[in-house]
Amino acid sequence: MGKQMTEIVMPQLAESLVSATIDKWLKAPGDNVSMYEPICEINTDKVNAELPSTVAGKFVKILVGAGETVPVGSPICLIETEGSADAEVRPDVPDGASTAAAKGEEDSDSSMRHRYSPAVQRLAADNGVNLTFVNGTGIGGRITRKDVLAFVASGGPANQPGGAAEPAGTQQKMPVRSSGLHLSETPRIPTIPAIEVEGPSQPGNGEHFIDVTPLRNTIATRMRQSVTDIPHAWTMIEVDVTNLVVLRNKLKDEFMKREGVNLTYLAFFLKAVINAIKDYPIMNSVWAVDKIIVKRDINVNLAVGTEDGVWTPVIRGADQKNIAGLAREIDDLARRTREGMLSLTDMQGGTFTVNNTGSFGSILSYPIINYPQAAIVTFESIVKRPVVINDMIGVRSMANLCLSLDHRILDGVICGRFLQRVKDNLEGYNLETKLY
Amino acid sequence: MAVMDYIDAIRLAMKEEMTRDEDVFVLGEDVGLKGGVFTTTKGLQEQFGEERVLDTPLAESAIAGVAIGAAMYGMKPIAEMQYSDFMFPATNQIISEAAKIRYRSNNDWTCPVVIRAPIGGGVFGGLYHSQCPESVFFGTPGLKIVAPFTAYDAKGLLKAAVRDPDPVLFFENKKCYKLINGDVPEDDYIVPIGEANVLREGDDITVIGYSLPLHYALEAAAELADEGISAHILDLRTLQPLDKEAILEAVRKTGKVMIVHEDNKTGGVGAEVAAIIAEELLYELDAPIVRVCGPDVPAMPINAPGEKYFMPNKDKLKNAMRKLALY
Repeated sequence: MGKQMTEIVMPQLAESLVSATIDKWLKAPGDNVSMYEPICEINTDKVNAELPSTVAGKFVKILVGAGETVPVGSPICLIETEGSADAEVRPDVPDGASTAAAKGEEDSDSSMRHRYSPAVQRLAADNGVNLTFVNGTGIGGRITRKDVLAFVASGGPANQPGGAAEPAGTQQKMPVRSSGLHLSETPRIPTIPAIEVEGPSQPGNGEHFIDVTPLRNTIATRMRQSVTDIPHAWTMIEVDVTNLVVLRNKLKDEFMKREGVNLTYLAFFLKAVINAIKDYPIMNSVWAVDKIIVKRDINVNLAVGTEDGVWTPVIRGADQKNIAGLAREIDDLARRTREGMLSLTDMQGGTFTVNNTGSFGSILSYPIINYPQAAIVTFESIVKRPVVINDMIGVRSMANLCLSLDHRILDGVICGRFLQRVKDNLEGYNLETKLY
Repeated sequence: MAVMDYIDAIRLAMKEEMTRDEDVFVLGEDVGLKGGVFTTTKGLQEQFGEERVLDTPLAESAIAGVAIGAAMYGMKPIAEMQYSDFMFPATNQIISEAAKIRYRSNNDWTCPVVIRAPIGGGVFGGLYHSQCPESVFFGTPGLKIVAPFTAYDAKGLLKAAVRDPDPVLFFENKKCYKLINGDVPEDDYIVPIGEANVLREGDDITVIGYSLPLHYALEAAAELADEGISAHILDLRTLQPLDKEAILEAVRKTGKVMIVHEDNKTGGVGAEVAAIIAEELLYELDAPIVRVCGPDVPAMPINAPGEKYFMPNKDKLKNAMRKLALY
């Protein structure tokens, strides 16, 4: 309980008043003042009144002399009071503490880092800015409109690291190839998971780390097991698919209309492969050290690539399906793979693997066998090329088929025959071919 | 040019218009002999006589009805509602008669009436002396509504209102009367109805408002400038019709918008301004639109802490503006 100095302020005596004039002081320094005792008289445009003290104590000092006009809220005198601080007459101290505290927290918080306002998205689109590289100064690390403007002003898109350094999380989808025809001309856009990057990726910092996902770990283990255990051999054959292109172009629109799925080249290719396997069942087998197990059912693994890996779902009883049925299966599996909706049974029981490497523009590849199968075949891009036929040059749609084989089970001759049969089947497609 | 208070600018406007045009007259409660409870009409009766400065009975419906009838007959009345709170008995006359007569008569009749009414709280006036009735009239086509903030605009807009061929509600802010002052030319100028005004240029946040809260916004902006926050402040001045172009231009400056008024948040002028921005400028927005308004409670509290809680002030605006700038 100490002595305390209290300011008495000019009160608002009437509505609309913003100032008042001290007419006469009724107390002088040294006087004792009791609660509500008049200390001065004041004049305003509207009223004249005595001003009662709001505290009890000893009158110390006059701050505003008689005749002076001061704004409402100005201190006019000091009174020394006894007692605790709750005699304080000015309770309204602006409190900026809460906002200051909020400001302190924001540095570590990045919860708003990927929340883009309409203005930010529009500016980024207009200026070709990849927001991944823009520093966010807003609350929670949010990128503000001004951050984008500053980024553009500072050289903008030129600052963006290009090429390989570009994270897979970006939405920019560039066409992967510029020649030939895609096997599936309307691939569905896969959902793209963001790659976890340890720490901020800074320009000039030459490397960053990517956590190995369970999927990537599985792929790595299988691939190593396959190339370690299986002595791979490789061969390739060239196929003229001109007639197939004509056939598909004729049927695809009608097929889409009727079936609701894309009639892909892959369906024709699968049918050609499956029919060839029927002729050469040894292709559909497994090495079992002291024996070779030839599988009767033909269950074809279809390699489906996503942004973060590759999956090999199975078309069961593939030899029982016609081209239309295969097209439907392909569409279903590819979609479910990209949507992450595959079940365990979708992945089991495969006996032979087909990879549609042409879909990403390859014309030649060296596939690794899907362990423990005997062989894997790829269907490369269809490319128009000049070809010599009967000593004349013609423009033909050509595609390569690549085959990797387990040399413990298979040899060149049998594989050559197998590929030749696939080739014959593919080149045998014509306008008379039935889908059903 | 003279520096004068907001209230003096209003009085000067009436004086000039009454001098200029004999058809202009003033009527209201205590506007004559007493010169108005706020002294807004002080000296007018002495100068222009009892027939042009009329003390009326305590009946707002009569004040509005007489003024509207006189206006339709060719006079240019300035009707004063002592407080805008008392305006509601006259609401039927204003909305159903004044606002609609031009439309209803297919342009044969017009109603060039001005109805002045002091709005706003913060003067310990409590329930009956603090209301902001803008939203009651805001959605009524046929009415023009102005709500000046500066002394310059108070004079210029009142003169424009008197000369306007249609009914104009002139919402003057009673706390601004003596709080706000500024340069007011003593010559004959008007501020066109329907034009907003940029009070302060800035590029971090845009504050849109009208009347008294702009005073706090300007104070807050001055302090925030020290923190490196630059506020763009737009005074709507006219609420009906809103200056859409000026609103959109102000929003484009920053993409972060705060709308401020003392009237209730729900259904207030700010709701319409926000809707216009959302309709026109979605892709310019960098933050959710913020509204700092009076709370949706039935009345201004009479007790001081309650009134303080209700009223906008510098610190409330400053905190909200800082938060928006940091967003």
